[in-house]
Amino acid sequence: MRFWRRISVFWTLLGIITAAYVVFIILLLQATAAYSSPEHMLKALDSREIRHSVNLSLLTCSLTSLLCLLVAVPIGYLLARSRFWGKNLVESILDIPIVLPPMVIGLCLLIFFQTALGNWIEESTQRFTYTVYGVVLAQFVIGAAFAIRTMRGTFDHLSSRPEEVAMTLGCSRGWAVCLVTLPAAWRGMLAAMSVAWARSLGEFGPILVFAGAARMKTEVLPTTVWLEMSVGNLEEAVAVSLLMVFFAMAVLVTVRWLGERI
Amino acid sequence: MIRLENIFWSAGEFSLRDVSFSVPEAKYAVMMGKTGSGKTSIVELICGLRWPDRGRIWIGDDEVQYLPPARRGLGYVPQDGALFPTMTVREQIGFALRLRKRPEKEKESVVGELAEQLGVDHLLDRKPAGLSGGEKQRIALGRALAAHPKVLLLDEPLSALDEDTRDDVADLLKSIQREHNLTALHITHSGTEAERLADVKFRLEDGQVNEVRDGE
Repeated sequence: MRFWRRISVFWTLLGIITAAYVVFIILLLQATAAYSSPEHMLKALDSREIRHSVNLSLLTCSLTSLLCLLVAVPIGYLLARSRFWGKNLVESILDIPIVLPPMVIGLCLLIFFQTALGNWIEESTQRFTYTVYGVVLAQFVIGAAFAIRTMRGTFDHLSSRPEEVAMTLGCSRGWAVCLVTLPAAWRGMLAAMSVAWARSLGEFGPILVFAGAARMKTEVLPTTVWLEMSVGNLEEAVAVSLLMVFFAMAVLVTVRWLGERI
Repeated sequence: MIRLENIFWSAGEFSLRDVSFSVPEAKYAVMMGKTGSGKTSIVELICGLRWPDRGRIWIGDDEVQYLPPARRGLGYVPQDGALFPTMTVREQIGFALRLRKRPEKEKESVVGELAEQLGVDHLLDRKPAGLSGGEKQRIALGRALAAHPKVLLLDEPLSALDEDTRDDVADLLKSIQREHNLTALHITHSGTEAERLADVKFRLEDGQVNEVRDGE
């Protein structure tokens, strides 16, 4: 009787909702896993095309997450610590990649590189359209928007006082940020990188439109799933999907573990 | 000496109008004022974290209102200590000397002496998480003193402390100010703190600062 009195209706309800959602995700994964078999997984991993796609996905996602962090730290800091005219507009523009359908981002990139400025960039630096660089750029546009949000939240939660004290002790603003604020923001930086990494791993629409789906060239894991499905190889598509689940889980668990250890 | 001459500053609805006051050399001044009266803004103006719209600020013989905080030669202790979250107490106290690229030996000796004087020598390898309010304030004071400032600015340094710790830290502040011959400006809303510590008292009201004479 005492036990039942201690159970609150409020917490029970929250528990039920959480459990239902977690079970739903597990059921989805379990149903997908049941559709495949270890043989299919091994066969998929044995394929040259799929191995290339795994390597390219891991490489581009890692590179993209680093680039996203490089952009997200200064922008997140600026938004969190300063007030300026047009700030709301800037914040809205930065959120556009989050609200636009990913396919549209790909289309925008494709059209931008048809313009005079886009042509000039490609001619004077590197060709992006239908290349691996295009894969990274397409992942970056969306990943960076999420990383910026994460870094802004991180800096919002860090008091500016320690930084200001550092300035009175002899630092310039830049040094104070480097010596005091950034070391305190490392958990946020890790979170921003992992969010960008995870988003990039699942990115499909903009890569398909902007970088194409050329086998062994611009083929990343979501492209492989789509290519395999389009020729009726459902088992291979499922095996690759499970690989993606595995990679995503491995990265997220490692990042969380690192976050707790350091 | 700290001197403010005809300082004007505003942010949104709030403004300081024609603020002038002076804290004599090696005196302990306490400025009282209600919450939201602009006490912290005055400290930030002296520190260089905000810039006045008009007026002059002097620290010793130097006119500083256009100098960056790093070149004003002052020590600043904010309300909650604002310790650097990822540094050990040793690193916090030695921070100013590290920036000045002082030899390791000198740094160790200054940090050791200050830590002993402030009663935090047993905490040198600890990080701020888990330290008490009184310990944090002592460390913040040590961090400010390591740079040998001419002036010490204390923004409500006792307000977050319990009664016993408050008395200890108040005694410590007064003895440190005397020992280091510092010009100190202590901001508070408490009249008791002012009575206990002040050589000179000021009151900030309606954007204006007035000296409070004994008996007023």
